[in-house]
Amino acid sequence: MKEIDELNLPGDIYYSKEHEWAAKDGEVIRIGISDYAQDQLGDIVFVELPEPGSSFERDEEFGTLESVKAVSEIYLPVSGEIVAVNGALEDAPELLNEDPYANWIVEVRPTDIDQYDELLSRDDYVAMLKG
Amino acid sequence: MSDQKKLSTTVLHPFHLERNANMAEFGGYDMPLWYPSGTKAEHLAVISQAGLFDTSHMAVLTIEGSGAFALLQHSFTRDLRSCQGKNAGPLTIGRSVYGLFLHSDGTVLDDAIISRLGAERYMIVVNSGMGAVVCNHLKELSEGEVHLVDYTDELGKIDLQGPASAAILQHLLSDPEQVLTDMSYFSFKGDIYAGGSDSLELKDGTRVIVSRTGYTGEFGFELFTLKDQAGKLWNTLLDAGESFGLLPCGLAARDSLRAGAMLPLSHQDIGNWLFGNTPWSFVLPWDVDRQRWTKSFVGSQQLLQGDRDYTYGFAGYDPRKIQVGEASEVQDSSGRRIGRILTCTTDMAIGRVEERIISIATPTSSGRPDSFQARGLSCGFIRVDRACEPGEQLYLVEGKRKLRVEVRNDIRPDRTARAPMARMRSS
Repeated sequence: MKEIDELNLPGDIYYSKEHEWAAKDGEVIRIGISDYAQDQLGDIVFVELPEPGSSFERDEEFGTLESVKAVSEIYLPVSGEIVAVNGALEDAPELLNEDPYANWIVEVRPTDIDQYDELLSRDDYVAMLKG
Repeated sequence: MSDQKKLSTTVLHPFHLERNANMAEFGGYDMPLWYPSGTKAEHLAVISQAGLFDTSHMAVLTIEGSGAFALLQHSFTRDLRSCQGKNAGPLTIGRSVYGLFLHSDGTVLDDAIISRLGAERYMIVVNSGMGAVVCNHLKELSEGEVHLVDYTDELGKIDLQGPASAAILQHLLSDPEQVLTDMSYFSFKGDIYAGGSDSLELKDGTRVIVSRTGYTGEFGFELFTLKDQAGKLWNTLLDAGESFGLLPCGLAARDSLRAGAMLPLSHQDIGNWLFGNTPWSFVLPWDVDRQRWTKSFVGSQQLLQGDRDYTYGFAGYDPRKIQVGEASEVQDSSGRRIGRILTCTTDMAIGRVEERIISIATPTSSGRPDSFQARGLSCGFIRVDRACEPGEQLYLVEGKRKLRVEVRNDIRPDRTARAPMARMRSS
């Protein structure tokens, strides 16, 4: 397992307490899981994605990730509508282990953009991981 | 982690940390869950090449003396006079047998492999943390002259599993032919202490027991050695195995491999409830007509009384799992709750072609398409309140998640555990 200072945590995106990342791209926000999350889960063998067009509240479960050992819920860090899902993950869930940032999970059209600014910066996230 | 209770460590613990293993608690020990190669690669290595497991957390006892045989006959579910091979011969020196120790109420204390080291000397391997418990249990039952020793803290145990295991091991042996030729499943060679059968030393002088057993369903060996030699043996095996694709493997791969091989985990799939209708009833000393026992033993009367649940293996249709726990249950096709999940994991080496389960080890001549890619299937064990037929469709349910599974007598096909030694050495 990686030490905290070995984790790849880009500084230009935001993080949630549940170890998702969020990155604004024009009108939408891309959501994925952090390097910490994929390292903790181990090999991801299945990704259950939401239907495009469905809407979720902030911190609501929108899908599941399965490693060999466990099932983990993934939570939407901002309220909004799912406008796209990364279908490549259905055939190759291991992409999330290989590069959790290039391989986003969903794109969300946020209902309240202020929620994005309330997420954790890289430094806040590292501080949280260090407890 | 400082807030955890103090965990035991095996003699190989520093080697796991050095390799950056993801560590977790199991059976009171801080054990590797997986190495940086990841569970999937480790699982597949054991099917295709070989994997190396630290199993030094397992407990090892020896029992010796003129009363040893009688005590084992009284306490163990196998009849040592008629447990070996197709012809039900007696357990001879150099052979091992799998069975159970029961409580007097017929519930399971632990499972064990008993190996006959000498005329009146046996080795008993039980689960992590169970050495003292089983030792005390046997002492309480003991009547004749019996000497019991708990060697758990004096030994290291390393499992070398997978089709390349013999090719790797023979690099370490001074006389591979003497050790490996005709070595059958559930037999062993060597002893650690004087007083038993012939001792066996590797080229570098390490004294070992080489046992053709394991917990993966695949061909391989369990190796026992003195604690201070275990680190050297671990490194020597990894070096010898490098060109064969040998990977160190953690407990996650061990769990997914054993579940796919229909092997129970003690205290999870069998345990403190009546052992009865399970896939493992071969451990009971049935008479030829399967109506009565060939001997009386602790728990033998109680075993057949009272309400007994049914335990079955299952496999799903994709890798998805439902977590074991209070929040999940097993339903039949009418939606009735019929029981609960004991084990649910993903065997990453298998997938379905139409309805049939195919393994990456299935030969193309036996139906594996050239294009086959294993995406993994969920599998494990359920405990239900009624009998089920193989092929029956059931549902594992947790909240809004619902998974269709099939009751199975067998899960991962084309396993190599019982393959002839000659075939495994030549492949």
